[in-house]
Amino acid sequence: MINTMECVADAQSLISISLMKIHNSRTQRGGIKLHKNLLVSYVLRNARQVYIKEKYAEIYRMQQYEEVMTVCNEIQELNPLELDAEDTEDEDLTRTACCGEEFHRGSIKEPEPVYYRSCCMEAPLPSPCDQLPVNINMHCNKTTVLDLDTHVVTTVDNGYIHQDCCCDAFQCAQSAQSPAKKRKMDFGYCASDLDDFTTSRKRLKREDCLYSCQDFTDTSNISNLISIFGSGFSGLLSRQADLEQICSKQALAGLGAWTRAIVAF
Amino acid sequence: MQCAVPNVFFTDIISTVEFNHTGELLATGDKGGRVNKNPPQFRSEYNVYSTFQSHEPEFDYLKSLEIEEKINKIRWLPQKNAAQFLLSTNDKTIKLWKISERDKRPEGYNLKEEDGRYKDPNSITKLQVPVLIPMDLMVEASPRRVFANAHTYHINSISVNSDNETYLSADDLRINLWHLEITDRSFNIVDIKPANMEELTEVITAAEFHPHQCNTFVYSSSKGTIRMCDMRASALCDKHTKLFEEPEDPSNRSFFSEIISSISDVKFSHNGRYMMTRDYLSVKIWDLNMESRPVETYQVHEYLRSKLCSLYENDCIFDKFECCWNGNDSVVMTGSYNNFFRMFERGHRRDVTLEASRENSKPLQVLKPRKVCAGGKRKKDEISVDSLDFNKKILHTAWHPQDNIIAVATTNNLYIFQDKVI
Repeated sequence: MINTMECVADAQSLISISLMKIHNSRTQRGGIKLHKNLLVSYVLRNARQVYIKEKYAEIYRMQQYEEVMTVCNEIQELNPLELDAEDTEDEDLTRTACCGEEFHRGSIKEPEPVYYRSCCMEAPLPSPCDQLPVNINMHCNKTTVLDLDTHVVTTVDNGYIHQDCCCDAFQCAQSAQSPAKKRKMDFGYCASDLDDFTTSRKRLKREDCLYSCQDFTDTSNISNLISIFGSGFSGLLSRQADLEQICSKQALAGLGAWTRAIVAF
Repeated sequence: MQCAVPNVFFTDIISTVEFNHTGELLATGDKGGRVNKNPPQFRSEYNVYSTFQSHEPEFDYLKSLEIEEKINKIRWLPQKNAAQFLLSTNDKTIKLWKISERDKRPEGYNLKEEDGRYKDPNSITKLQVPVLIPMDLMVEASPRRVFANAHTYHINSISVNSDNETYLSADDLRINLWHLEITDRSFNIVDIKPANMEELTEVITAAEFHPHQCNTFVYSSSKGTIRMCDMRASALCDKHTKLFEEPEDPSNRSFFSEIISSISDVKFSHNGRYMMTRDYLSVKIWDLNMESRPVETYQVHEYLRSKLCSLYENDCIFDKFECCWNGNDSVVMTGSYNNFFRMFERGHRRDVTLEASRENSKPLQVLKPRKVCAGGKRKKDEISVDSLDFNKKILHTAWHPQDNIIAVATTNNLYIFQDKVI
C-alpha cells in the first residue's frame, strides 16, 4: 500500500509533473526514451490510484453528509415551532437516530457514482444554482470537462453548468450570467495537434520552474494534455489511440470527467 | 586511496569508462562520440594518449529521429597481437576499432628523387633496402567493422563473449548475438517486446556474458529482476533458466517504488560465482546458485529515500549508476551524488565514502573519508543531505583488473586514484 500520508495534492502534482515529462520526452534529442517513459507511466499510475481513491472517499463522505443533513432538515421542517424542552430533547434524539440510521443505511449501500467535474482552483462565486440539489462541485465558476467517449472538451464559465451535472440543465441555463464556451477538439493525434498545443502554451517553460507553473497544475490543462497523449502507454509511441480498448464505456460512465481522463492512463 | 595523477578535464560529458584486460589502457567515451585512450601510469604530467571520433550524429529520415553520437558503452577485446581492439556503441550502431601504435617508420627507399618525383625505373641501378628508424609515437585508430541496423530501440549494453568470437548487444526490448567478423547478420536471442505495446511492463536495462561460460548470459530488467539464460537450451532465450528476484518490502512502498527498483547495471564477478546489480539506492550481490534473494545488500545512499519526490522532479531519480568489482572480487565500488563514490569491502563488511574533487586531487594526497549526515545534529566534517549537489554525480567507475587503481568519472573530469603506497 502506498503511504497514506500522500495527500491528494501530492498525487495531483505528480500527475501533472509526469505528464510534463512525457510531453518533454517527445522533443528530446535522440527520440523517446522508452525506459524512462515506462517508469514515468508507473508513477502516473500510482498517483492516479491514490487520487481516485481519495476522491471517491471524499465524494462518499460528502454524500453521506448531505443525506444526513437532508434528513435532519426534513425532520426540523415537520415541527419547527411546537417543541418544548422534552420534545426538543426527543427530537434531538430522533434526529440523531435518524441521522445515525441514515448514516448507517448509507454506509451499507455502495456509494453511487457521482459525476464529478474538474474544477480550477478559484474562489467559489455564489451562483443561482446553489439551491439546486447538485453535486459538491456546484460552486465552481469555471469548469473544463473532457469526455473521452465523444472526445468533446467543454469549457464552462460563470455558472453555466455542464450537462454532466445532475441538476436540470435548463434551470441552470436560465441562471447563467454569460454564455458558455464550448470547444470541440479532434483527438485523433497528429503532429499538428501537438504543435497547436505547444504554440497555444505560448512558450515552453523550463523544467525547474515548470512544476510551479499554473498552466500545468491547472486541471483543465491537465485534461488537455491527457487528451493529446491519447490513452494507455501506446500514447507514447503510437499516434492513434483507441480508448475503448483501454476501458469500456460502462466503466467510464460511472466516473466523472476528470477521473475518466486519469483512468485513460 | 590517494590521488596518483591530477584530474583530466574533458570538453564533453563522460559517458563510459573501461580498463582493458591487462589494465594497461583506459578508455573513456563521451557525449560527443569521442573515445579517449589513457595509460594509467604514474606521471607528474598526465596526457591523453589518443582520441578519436567513434560515432557521429545521424538522422533517421524514416522516423524523423536524430541519433545521438553519445558513446553508451566501450568494451575491450582480449589482445591477440600488438594491436588493441575495442567495441564502442551509441544508441543504434556498434563499431569495432583497431588501435595500433607506430613508433618507427621506414626510410631509405630509392624510388623517389629528392624533390619527390618518382625516379625513372630504368635509371635505378642498385637495390636499396629501407631501414626502420624511430619516430614519435603515433596512435592510429581505424574502424574495422560497423554493426548497424539491428536495433530498433536504444542500445544499453554490449558484452564480449569468453569465446572471443561473439558478442551480444542489448537494447530496451531485444538482445542480439553477433560474430565479430560478420556485420550483415545478427541473431536475436531475447525478445521481450509484447504483441501489444500497451501491455509493456518492463524493459531490458543491462546484459552481460558470463566471464567463463560462453553459453551463459544474464540480463536485468526495469522491474528489478535478473534473468540468466543458457544459449544451449534454445535458439531464442525468452525462457530463462534462472530468475533472480528479491520480494519488495511492502513497508517501503511509494509512488516511486518501480523507479528505484529498476536495475541500472549488472556485472559478473571475475571468478564467475557472483553477480552484482545496482539499483537506485543499493548494490546487491547475488550468488548464482541462489535466486530467491541476494547474499549481500549494500545501501549506497539510503538518506535519499525521503527525497525521492524532489529527485523525481529534477530527473535525478532516472540516473543510471554503474558498479564494478576489484580484481579479486573482495571490494565493490559505485558512485553517488556530490561527486561521492563508495567502496564496500565484502569480507570485513566495511565501507567508505570518498569524494572526487579538484581540492582533493593533488598528487599523492590521501583522500579523506566523507560522511553524510542523514538526520539529527550534524557533526564536524559531515555534510547534510540538503547540501548535496545533485548536479555532481559519479555514474561511471572502473577498477584496474589487477592493481588497486580506480578510475572515477565525474561529469567531465576523469580521476585516477591508487591505493596508498607505503
